[in-house]
Amino acid sequence: MTELTDLGVAAIREGVAKGDFTAVEVAGAFNAAVAEAQDALNAFITLTPEKALEAAAAVDADRAAGKPLGKMAGVPIGMKDLFATTGTRTTAASNILGNFVPPYESTVSQKLWDAGAGMLGKLNLDQFAMGSSNETSAFGNVISPWRREGSEAQLAPGGSSGGSSAAVSARIAPAATGTDTGGSIRQPAAFTGISGIKPTYGRCSRWGIVAFASSLDQAGPMARDVRDCAIMLEAMAGFDPKDSTSLDMPVPEWEASLNADLRGKKVGIPREYRMDGMDADVARVWDEGIAWLKDAGAEIVDINLAHTKYALPAYYIIAPAEASSNLARYDGVRYGLRDLPQGAGLQDMYAATRAAGFGAEVKRRIMIGTYVLSAGFYDAYYTQAQKVRTLISRDFMDAFQTVDVILAPTAPTAAFGLGEMVSDPLAMYLNDVFAVPASLAGLPAMSVPAGLDRQGLPLGLQLIGRPFDEQGVLDAGLAIEARAAFTARPAKWW
Amino acid sequence: MSVDTATVARIASLARIKVTEDEIAAMVPELNGILAWVEQLGELNVEGIAPMTAVIPNKQRLRDDVVNADPLTGGDVRDKVLSNAPAGEHGFFGVPKVIE
Repeated sequence: MTELTDLGVAAIREGVAKGDFTAVEVAGAFNAAVAEAQDALNAFITLTPEKALEAAAAVDADRAAGKPLGKMAGVPIGMKDLFATTGTRTTAASNILGNFVPPYESTVSQKLWDAGAGMLGKLNLDQFAMGSSNETSAFGNVISPWRREGSEAQLAPGGSSGGSSAAVSARIAPAATGTDTGGSIRQPAAFTGISGIKPTYGRCSRWGIVAFASSLDQAGPMARDVRDCAIMLEAMAGFDPKDSTSLDMPVPEWEASLNADLRGKKVGIPREYRMDGMDADVARVWDEGIAWLKDAGAEIVDINLAHTKYALPAYYIIAPAEASSNLARYDGVRYGLRDLPQGAGLQDMYAATRAAGFGAEVKRRIMIGTYVLSAGFYDAYYTQAQKVRTLISRDFMDAFQTVDVILAPTAPTAAFGLGEMVSDPLAMYLNDVFAVPASLAGLPAMSVPAGLDRQGLPLGLQLIGRPFDEQGVLDAGLAIEARAAFTARPAKWW
Repeated sequence: MSVDTATVARIASLARIKVTEDEIAAMVPELNGILAWVEQLGELNVEGIAPMTAVIPNKQRLRDDVVNADPLTGGDVRDKVLSNAPAGEHGFFGVPKVIE
């Protein structure tokens, strides 16, 4: 018999509904897997096995009573520790929120619980979701379950949703929430051989998610396959009056509408993403992806996204600017850490609290953001970046006059080793080069596993769609998934 | 544009982050590296281009003018609001003395 922890969202939900196993059995199996892996992978900041069991028992009781079951009934998940959870510490992987226990629940997590999911624990991440390797967490690095062939070197699980990607790929959670500001769902999904989708900006409520860059932040699911992502996204999405940028639109039935037949569809291949010195394996997998989508019936069209090279520098003005504003709230007064040196006044308390509470990367980004927004520099940096953002968005809209979906690599490399990039912040930022443009334009985008590189590490392909067309993204993802036949998984060493 | 130690100290002060001289010295080349890199945006002609203000067009809503219409965002939750305060005293946020 297949182990329960090998099952994904759809299989668990179906098995629970049919009575093949109980939700409590599933929760117990994943709780045990989480506990066993925690010391080695450090994927979680806080474990909540009792929450998983409690939700599972409620699902089993509902089933016994003949009540209808939710979309996620009986599925225990990992919750990125950026979503406020009532009564469970929510840290954003920062010391400044190290003891913060929210008295309220984020909209997205509440929707998941209402759909019958349970919580295995709060997942580790880059501090305030600022990072691409999960090395900025105040709670220690997450270790990827993947290793290079013949090596025991510790690899990055990607970031910022590195706890999520590590947990799902290690089979200690069937699915997890992520958030994506400039690739934080897609890049970790690609690094660990799983699927993840960032929906159109506004699909998932930001209410109760610790804010990083509000015009970019979007929640989304990370799971083992496209169908599981579709199921979970349906449970997470929906209008929320508590978020002023929430989309007031019905949530489509993405799962029921999944269709990998792409006849009549046009897929755009952006010339500008094929960069000089591109990794040979990344280029090969991209070419395979093109062939797979052709095989699924799609017509391939070369497109131009002329301002691609400016996306990353624009992002590294806009995101820090918004972060410096959002993170002004951590002042040692209302919640979180307070550092009050002997005899200090209010201003000294603010400065000491923020110095003690924020990690180096968070400080770096607050400093950049403060600088680009400061008097005399605002127009040269921030306004210029927002104009460039308009140009980047226009490039996509022009392309979508012709094509239905865009295919590109998710990241320029496979997973790198922990410690290999930390000394050079700029080199780390460049890892998000393919992910950031879609974020700036608010477009739905997903990563699906497509193959392995020469060292045996997963590579992902990215699909970018029109605003509101998560279906087109999921469908093209499904076409790739069916042909890539990606079954590789990390050998269990923990 | 590039920053020197005095500028970095001023940014840190604006950002209300206490920094040591060693930290400032380490930040100067890091911030200059990043700023030199973002400088390439200046190559683009953006004349007549409006800065983006909404990534997905969305109309701003007004909530119904009803007190506590949504219990999650309404009032009458003083103790909850204060529950995470480092110094919640007598129903208020406590801070160091600010008036001499």
